[in-house]
Amino acid sequence: MLVQFYNVSKVYNNGVKALNDISLKVNRGEFIFLMGSSGAGKSTLVKLMIREELPTRGQIFVASRSVVRMKRNEVPTLRRNIGIVFQDFKLLENKTVAENVAFAMKVVGADAAEIRTRVPEVIQMVGLKGREDSFPGQLSGGEQQRVGIARAIANRPLLLIADEPTGNLDLDTSLEIMDLLYDINRKGTTVIMATHARELVRNAHKRIIYLDSGKISSDNSNGEVFS
Amino acid sequence: MSSFKNFGYFFGETFKSLRRNRLLSIATVTTVSICILILGVAVLMTINAGHFINRLESDIEMMVFVDNSLNRSQISDLEREIKDLDGVKSVTFISKEQALKRLQDKFAGQEYNLKNTVGKNPLPDSFEVKAENPQNVTAIAAKIQKMNGVEKVNYGQGIIERLLKVTQWVRIISVTLIVFLALGAVFLIATTIRLAIFSRRKEIYLMKLIGATDWFIRWPFFIEGIILGSLGSLIAILFLALGYSSLLNNIQTAMFFIPMVTNPGLLTKIYVALFASGALLGVLGTYISLNRFLDV
Repeated sequence: MLVQFYNVSKVYNNGVKALNDISLKVNRGEFIFLMGSSGAGKSTLVKLMIREELPTRGQIFVASRSVVRMKRNEVPTLRRNIGIVFQDFKLLENKTVAENVAFAMKVVGADAAEIRTRVPEVIQMVGLKGREDSFPGQLSGGEQQRVGIARAIANRPLLLIADEPTGNLDLDTSLEIMDLLYDINRKGTTVIMATHARELVRNAHKRIIYLDSGKISSDNSNGEVFS
Repeated sequence: MSSFKNFGYFFGETFKSLRRNRLLSIATVTTVSICILILGVAVLMTINAGHFINRLESDIEMMVFVDNSLNRSQISDLEREIKDLDGVKSVTFISKEQALKRLQDKFAGQEYNLKNTVGKNPLPDSFEVKAENPQNVTAIAAKIQKMNGVEKVNYGQGIIERLLKVTQWVRIISVTLIVFLALGAVFLIATTIRLAIFSRRKEIYLMKLIGATDWFIRWPFFIEGIILGSLGSLIAILFLALGYSSLLNNIQTAMFFIPMVTNPGLLTKIYVALFASGALLGVLGTYISLNRFLDV
């Protein structure tokens, strides 16, 4: 079991009830779609997993460690086990593709030698070989997201969380990104992807968790899409 | 994790940031310089004022005039009695002849004989009394006044009290000024570092989410703050040292009667302390700015 939520509720300080009594389990190696309209609680769920927010009630475990009881100085360790892919890529504009990936490794204290071998490896994996020295501004949206994914997997996380990774991309590019994520999942990384793009989810045959007004309205493993 | 291998990275980031925010960095260094310069001037002024006042205070002495009817042994009894008082540093007897000679010396060169003019020596015997602590002069003078055979005690009544009050106020005002200036410098450094952090807030947020420790993120900013603070204070000290030494040169020739602090050991200590203050201001300013932004 990689992620466990037990009766988790989240009420923000401004009174917004984002999540209401959520319980769910994620096994190692799974690929999960997290669906729901905007404001349903997808982003809050993601934020709780990486301890960007703390739940108002309930318990959360990631890799058997309580996220709620974790001390402040243990948070970096938690986050090193989780790679995050953002809708807006969040690449550093003044760094090249290779430097963006290397940055993620440097930040967690990786050796220079380790960085030198791992960076070309992940750039090759996401299909950007030859673009190492390009700056993000010189890349297409799809290519930029590939850099974002390369950065997220550089530190070999147990879990990859992609928050609307195709939100800024057209359908063809989105499908290419999906292939990349499936590929990463096949190699053993657990993937949770928040999205509201039905066309990507429809024929994927993956587990889909629906959120509606902060509650899980359905959780089916056969990949059936409800309307 | 916090090993030395990262220090190359930290310094690299620091200098990148300084270069990127060149104008802001120059503005901060200038501001720190001005603050430390004013701080240094205030410190030097305080120390010199203290030095000057100590000189003045040590010059304060009492003149005790003895009743003319006393004989030699009564006078030496009185001298012993004054010497035995608490807080008295020294007692010097000045006979009426000595007093007359002193007075006569003041008119040296003038063909004028006081004794002959008046017909006899009009001056009384007297004691010069010095106190260990100038603040006790008033109390000691009151005690001597009550002794038998004392005609009068002169010590610049009222002047001492006023001088001590002035000294006290000079000290209070200097300390207040220095505290306010230091607060101003910290605030300015905090603002600069805050702007530097603000321009990199997305990067910091990203670093936090990737799993960087707080210290990994803090170090480059601390180094930046320390560099800004110490660079600024270094420039200030340079100006201060040059200015003060040229002031000393001028004053010692033109206004030699003003006592100035020239002790090189003390001056070095002051400069080192100012340098440390600049670095400390940098650390403080950075610390104030940082904690708010790391709470992700």
